[in-house]
Amino acid sequence: MSQRLRVNPIMCAGHGMCAELLPELITLDPWGYPIIARGPVPDELTPMASRAAAACPTLALLIVEEEGR
Amino acid sequence: MTLLAPRPVHPGRAQGHLPRLLAGLADGSRAGLHLHEATFGPLPLPAEPASAAARRAASRLIDVVERSGLTGRGGAGFPTGRKLRSVAAGHGPAVVVANGCEGEPASRKDRLLLSRAPHLVLDGVALAAFAVGASQAYVAVHAGEERLAAGLEAAVQAREVAGIDPVPVRIVRVEPRYVASEQTAIVQRINDGPGLPTFTPPRTHERGVGGRPTAVNNVETLAHLALIARYGNSWFRQAGVPSAPGTALVTVSGSVARPGVYEIELGTPAGEVLMIAGGPTERPQAILVGGYFGTWLPAEAAWPAPLSHPGLRSVGAAMGAGIIVALPESSCGLAETARVVRYLADESAGQCGPCAFGLPALADALADLAYHGGRGDAAERISRLIRLIEGRGACRHPDGATQLAGSALAAFGDDARWHGRRGPCHGVQRPPVLPVPGDVEYW
Ligand SMILES: Cc1cc2nc3c(=O)[nH]c(=O)nc-3n(C[C@H](O)[C@H](O)[C@H](O)COP(=O)(O)O)c2cc1C
Ligand code: SF4
Ligand code: SF4
Repeated sequence: MSQRLRVNPIMCAGHGMCAELLPELITLDPWGYPIIARGPVPDELTPMASRAAAACPTLALLIVEEEGR
Repeated sequence: MTLLAPRPVHPGRAQGHLPRLLAGLADGSRAGLHLHEATFGPLPLPAEPASAAARRAASRLIDVVERSGLTGRGGAGFPTGRKLRSVAAGHGPAVVVANGCEGEPASRKDRLLLSRAPHLVLDGVALAAFAVGASQAYVAVHAGEERLAAGLEAAVQAREVAGIDPVPVRIVRVEPRYVASEQTAIVQRINDGPGLPTFTPPRTHERGVGGRPTAVNNVETLAHLALIARYGNSWFRQAGVPSAPGTALVTVSGSVARPGVYEIELGTPAGEVLMIAGGPTERPQAILVGGYFGTWLPAEAAWPAPLSHPGLRSVGAAMGAGIIVALPESSCGLAETARVVRYLADESAGQCGPCAFGLPALADALADLAYHGGRGDAAERISRLIRLIEGRGACRHPDGATQLAGSALAAFGDDARWHGRRGPCHGVQRPPVLPVPGDVEYW
């Protein structure tokens, strides 16, 4: 099992909170919406990823569990 | 655009067993239930739909569809058998939705099929409903196209009187805008929502109309299904190529002598299809394949390209909903693209930031290049925006627009450099080739 970050772009209001909490994996585009780094969340970042997901005001940042790598 | 019945007109190729979908129809006529059954025979459904034998027959029907190699004709080319199988495997009674909206402005095939051979589509709806164990079916069309909707309602009624359909069929009218015919949007509309695309998961085949497993199929796909159920998978594969069996309806427009809808064997080279449509009226510089989510190919590259999902993938294009537009030498491909991308930007549901802000920015950059020369860096700005927008919407609307824009940069690269050095070419003043609903000024 590995974890991956996904944004629900309909829910996302572009607050940018997630990019502040997890700059290693999330940057913002010119309009303030998050761009997620490709690939699975590295193990050492999973606690911060969970915090970022919980901190999103619209619950638009999702952590998806997936099989394999 | 005129609607032509597909005819075997090109002498170089044996298309004698075509047309399939519009068989038995004289030019311009419409098949009522009688003529339909006289042409194709009765709907092959077991009399006792609830019996164990019928359930086995339903599973066999899905086997046949899988073996036929039928893929969706609504754009993505997903294997229809696999879709039906996953809906059938879902919990509880399912729902079937026939997508007859045909939101692509340069497409006419679904309207042609629905208006001239409605019973073939409705047979497909009945068979799909039987295959997946549905208790309700819908046919979605654009609101405001009342003749089409009324014709379908009359056809459904005639079938009710004759006791043909295993499930009730309702005609639903969805808002006539580009993104409203995306499958999750139609499902949301039927569920009394605003009719805009939704985030997935849940996927439509798992949780769609009323939360039930839902099969959304293009109306042409369902018409093929009606023939496969009657004549079998081997018959279906007698047309087309092994990697893309069967026939497809294509809408040909632009600078050709006889624009219209033609039924072709999958794998037919694009150039041959243009010849079937009467041949070019002016030397084409490029061909748009697949529609407004499609790809510009330089004419020399497009001419031999086989029209099929795998064939077009090998040249970096996609079949889409079977749209082919020949762009004459005297037109400007950059201006055409700028207009269409502006239209697509205006059609965004405005729900997702990268689509709501990215597509207008992309349209601005394209218009800058086409009409003002691009200030030296428009091509790089366009490429950067494409990378920024791609894959970041809830639906594939923005990806369609970036595909079109990216292919324009590749196919019209010389023109872009010309615009950069000397300003817009004469072509920007030519009347538009690609239709855009509303015909607004787009720059
Ligand atoms: C923005 C957008 C618009 C679409 N419009 C249509 C349409 O007008 N008609 C259609 O059949 N499919 C349309 N589709 C594709 C549908 O979502 C769906 O995939 C299709 O109806 C499935 O049928 P098929 O498997 O038979 O192709 C659209 C997709 C997108 C992303
Ligand atoms: S915190 Fe949530 S709403 Fe804000 S940008 Fe990130 S995902 Fe979007
Ligand atoms: S990507 Fe665009 S069209 Fe699709 S749901 Fe989001 S805003 Fe709407």
